[in-house]
Amino acid sequence: MSVLKIDNVKMQFGGVIAVNNLNIDVEKGKIVALIGPNGAGKTTAFNVITGVYNPTSGSVFLNDKKITSLSPDKITKLGIARTFQNIRLFKNLTVMDNILIANHLNVKSNFLSSALRMPWYIKEENHMRKKSEMLLDKLGLLGIKDEIASSLPYGEQRKLEIARALATDAKLLLLDEPAAGMNPHETMELTEFIRNIRDEFDLTVFMIEHHMNLVMEISDKIYVLDFGQLIAEGTADDIKNNPRVIEAYLGVEEDA
Amino acid sequence: MMINNNRKLMRRSLTVLIIIAFASIIILLDTKTIGDNYVRRILNLGAIYAIVSVSMNLVNGFTGLFSLGQAGFMAIGAFTVAVFTVPVELREAIFYIVPQNPLVANIELPFFVALILGGLLAALVSILIGMPVLRLKSDYLAIATLGFSEIIRIIFTNMKTITNGALGINRIPGIPTMWITFGVAIVSIIFIVLLINSSYGRAFKAIREDDIAAEAMGINLFKHKVISFAIGAFFAGIGGGLLASLLGTVDPKQFYFTMTYNFLLIIVLGGMGSVSGTIIGSFVVTAGLEYLRIFDEPLTVLGVNIPIFRAGFRMVIFSFLLMILVLFFRQGIMGQKELSWDMIEGWFKRRKGLPKKGKVDKGGTI
Repeated sequence: MSVLKIDNVKMQFGGVIAVNNLNIDVEKGKIVALIGPNGAGKTTAFNVITGVYNPTSGSVFLNDKKITSLSPDKITKLGIARTFQNIRLFKNLTVMDNILIANHLNVKSNFLSSALRMPWYIKEENHMRKKSEMLLDKLGLLGIKDEIASSLPYGEQRKLEIARALATDAKLLLLDEPAAGMNPHETMELTEFIRNIRDEFDLTVFMIEHHMNLVMEISDKIYVLDFGQLIAEGTADDIKNNPRVIEAYLGVEEDA
Repeated sequence: MMINNNRKLMRRSLTVLIIIAFASIIILLDTKTIGDNYVRRILNLGAIYAIVSVSMNLVNGFTGLFSLGQAGFMAIGAFTVAVFTVPVELREAIFYIVPQNPLVANIELPFFVALILGGLLAALVSILIGMPVLRLKSDYLAIATLGFSEIIRIIFTNMKTITNGALGINRIPGIPTMWITFGVAIVSIIFIVLLINSSYGRAFKAIREDDIAAEAMGINLFKHKVISFAIGAFFAGIGGGLLASLLGTVDPKQFYFTMTYNFLLIIVLGGMGSVSGTIIGSFVVTAGLEYLRIFDEPLTVLGVNIPIFRAGFRMVIFSFLLMILVLFFRQGIMGQKELSWDMIEGWFKRRKGLPKKGKVDKGGTI
């Protein structure tokens, strides 16, 4: 069953066509990667999916429901959460607060009953805290729950950003270069981490990544984007041996 | 464990003591046992400024919206209280050029009803303004809200049949006890603190920290910005209403945009994103503005008249202080922190710590 379907999406900024004829199908429970050289339009594709951009034409479907042109917060409420290429944590807040904020979308009490600490709000708040602690515990971040987010080491900030996305109760996780700036060891850990959370939280993962080790190791399916066009799709082996991909991307990567 | 419990107990009793001391001072002042009217006036003013500044900090410091419309919202609250609390029989004498509009001329409301109504009207207007304006960011939002505040003032200057135009409204029934200003200030600030520490408050902070990430976490930016903006306006309206009653007179000139700068100074001085800092800042600035009046008086030293000491020089000093503050102490008194026992203990430890170190060194040589 397809969780996310991108149907013929085109995104044009003035004279520049950032993404053209994009068709992507992400199946439930799979880890799917979107790769391509810098400027290929990968992040633009993410921004179209999450509602940051309204596509020039084409549609995006989440569980067969059209989500094109909805605002980002509504799309998150429907079950897509994302991380960012340059970490965007709430830097001056604690780890716990970062997670609690991601729970806010489920709060039913209005601001007045929240400020007046009505019993139903207190119940919600307690539930949120318990849930967040459980999540942090599962991800091995409970020990640092009172640390300020910006004081964490880089790898943990990346982890926290993924944890925050999970806290929204999303079932589809979009990771924008989760291993950016990581050394090989950290990348390996991250690979395990992503696989574990996929299994534990019953997730579907769609990610942009440059680290070929990570992508080849973890992905069930890979899409390759170049100059806004899909040039290949398939399993890791298909992609490795695809001459167009090697020409556009992997050849360069292997030299480097 | 024992030590920890003892410390907790001590802190708690100290807190209670401070509250009792604070309450007793207000009671003594209020019953005119100590202090004079001047001190009482300054403290009342400080309490009102605290309400408005904390509400402005909710919008600017906690939600990260650079809004400068505070004076406009205060004007709405102030005129609501003025229009509805002046006794009906006095109105003919006040509105002696243009008679008051018959729609409101015969309505007289109890003070607290008028006060709340003023707050609600300010909040309503803020929502109407917020809808287009809150889509703007940083400087643009500041300019738009500043402009709005001036528009309100000009509208009030011209609504002669309701606000008495530039003449303003006087003989507003005064505040009988300091507990009204301090009571309203305490309740308002507690409400805002509770809000800030609720899930909504966290959402506000998320918007301040990173609005793109906040939206990606499912927070409806527009809704939350409007809520924060409207609550800020509500309490500014309440503050304006109290001010009208305290001064006994309102006219549109009081609500120039320069008034907003006082509050801006307070929250920058106290610390953007710190409620306790804002409260300290309110009283420091209110008292400062009053006691700096010596700079407004002509000064003669050894028979020579110092030319710069004249009306308005006080504000020059004030602006100068603001510049120093922004250049060298951008965090203000408290930064984003709140006053707590841990912090106070920290100060003492640091003070004691330095000489102790010296002693230890001496001990080492023996």
